[in-house]
Amino acid sequence: MTIRNTITFASIPTDKGLKAALEKEPKSVINDVIESGLRGCGGAGFPTGIKWKFAAKAEGAQKTVICNADEGEPGTFKDRVILAEWPDLVFEGMTIAAYAIGASSGIVYLRAEYAYMRKMLEECLEKRRQAGMLGAKIAGKEDFSFDIHIHMGSGAYVCGEESALIESLEGKRGEPRNRPPFPVEIGYENAPTIVNNVESLAWVSAIFANGSKWFKGAGTKESPGYKLMSISGDVKLPGVYEFPFGTTLSTILEAAGGEDAKAVAVGGASGTLVPPNNFACKICFEDVPTGGSIIVFGKNRNLLDVAENFQEFFADESCGQCTICRLGNVKLLEGIRLMKQGQCTDQHLEDLCSLGASMQIASKCGLGQTSPNVFLSVVKHFRDEIPRHPVAENDDQKTEKAKSSNLFQSVVQLFRTDADTAKNNSGTNKKGVSA
Amino acid sequence: MFTHSPKQQRSASSPDTFEVLDEASASLRDEIDELIEIHGENRNALIPVLQEIRSRHAFVNSFAMQYVADRLGVSAAEVYGVISFYSFLKESNYGKFAISLCRTISCDMADKARIAKCLQEKLGVKFGETTPDGMFSLNWTNCIGMCDQGPALLVNEQVFTHVTPKKIKEILDGCRKTYQENEKGVS
Repeated sequence: MTIRNTITFASIPTDKGLKAALEKEPKSVINDVIESGLRGCGGAGFPTGIKWKFAAKAEGAQKTVICNADEGEPGTFKDRVILAEWPDLVFEGMTIAAYAIGASSGIVYLRAEYAYMRKMLEECLEKRRQAGMLGAKIAGKEDFSFDIHIHMGSGAYVCGEESALIESLEGKRGEPRNRPPFPVEIGYENAPTIVNNVESLAWVSAIFANGSKWFKGAGTKESPGYKLMSISGDVKLPGVYEFPFGTTLSTILEAAGGEDAKAVAVGGASGTLVPPNNFACKICFEDVPTGGSIIVFGKNRNLLDVAENFQEFFADESCGQCTICRLGNVKLLEGIRLMKQGQCTDQHLEDLCSLGASMQIASKCGLGQTSPNVFLSVVKHFRDEIPRHPVAENDDQKTEKAKSSNLFQSVVQLFRTDADTAKNNSGTNKKGVSA
Repeated sequence: MFTHSPKQQRSASSPDTFEVLDEASASLRDEIDELIEIHGENRNALIPVLQEIRSRHAFVNSFAMQYVADRLGVSAAEVYGVISFYSFLKESNYGKFAISLCRTISCDMADKARIAKCLQEKLGVKFGETTPDGMFSLNWTNCIGMCDQGPALLVNEQVFTHVTPKKIKEILDGCRKTYQENEKGVS
């Protein structure tokens, strides 16, 4: 079983939220969402209500509501569970969004890996149409028509980025667009478009069923409400859990049975590696944010293997548009492989870290901006993991090399003071070679 | 590869503009016409049409790329660009049953390597290859969202979790049985 604790969605009656929302004016629907403080659950955490407000204001005849079901972040599977268990809540959320911004068409962008759910979702949509909750004159409202269709993804992580997703819907390569203009102004087919995560949309339905005060009452000041977490890795009870924002990582680990972890990747491959001395951190946008992925690494895991796996992922999934992301991820991957062999020099490591920092600022979209995170976390918090076993070599070249290379500068420095006046080649035992 | 200039081809999609059109291509052309009828004659239809061709024929050949491009009013290079971008469109090996083993971290920690070895031994091919009888192709894939139930793999659209060597045998036998029952295979 994947669901591990009580999930709010299970207690929300179908269509309760939608009916409550349709009784209000679109403007007050948006205000309620703003009031609730709901932030996008895909990871970026942009306030959902504000997004809707922009889209409602923007001019355009054919506005679109898109449900982002391209859940590709390693270690994230909460959207799969939501779609499988409570698809009605997601479609309801889309309908509420459409009512609020004045959209007439909706698209679910379902990732290719979840194709097996398509039939079930189509059936759910059909049932909603027959019940009058989708299609023309929804719930008897004369002037509100809205329908949803499902569009399949084709296997590209970057399409989880909203502008790349829109490009993909338009039949192009999923390369993120320059922003601004944001999709809320110029999106799908150049019309105002909102793209919301599966979980955000389900929370919208819950908010209208239970009231925005209920949602605001939980969580922290900057991150109100609840969040589903996908927990995997070295834990006794992997699965989907619900926690209010602000829950400490140690509480979460305790619930899942992973207290003795060596490190936890919060936010998947694009998140950060949290070391044990920081397990008291809170999961929220003020402290450690996450799109819902929590991957636990036990005592015996080699974190360089982890970093290598993540970097392989990014090198594979980079769309290639920004040079620094396309090549930077390959360079970081090569660096990790050197480290594993104990052949990455201090200077090279420094260069890679500065490359990582550049990637964070010079990439166009979230993929490039976050791809060096885990690499940098390993270097920062788990420096001991990086092996520094020198390769023996013959004595001849070592003096020259020791001078020219910054490799293990401290060690070289040590030797220099030790054997300062002595012949260089007598005592210097060069440690390591550069690649 | 593409002998006709786009202009010549786009001028008419009728059969007689092609100098030589073998039987397979002619039937592919009719199929594409049909698909465009369903999905619409515009750029937005490109990916759904390619997905459908891919799922019926396991890959999109150069004739299909050119013909789709002509019908939707884009260049064949753009169609190729799209195909090469998406991992589910671009894989060039193709079997009736496409096995994609998840290689991302949680499945990796759940010992995907053991499963990978077992699959290669059972099928006699490496990753990126297809069995000589065209039945199975073997590929890596990135996270398929089954991180709590790894190691996980996809066979075409179907997902299998907690895969063990014993389960692999069952999966492969199941595929062969499905194929025998339905001579045309699954798509």
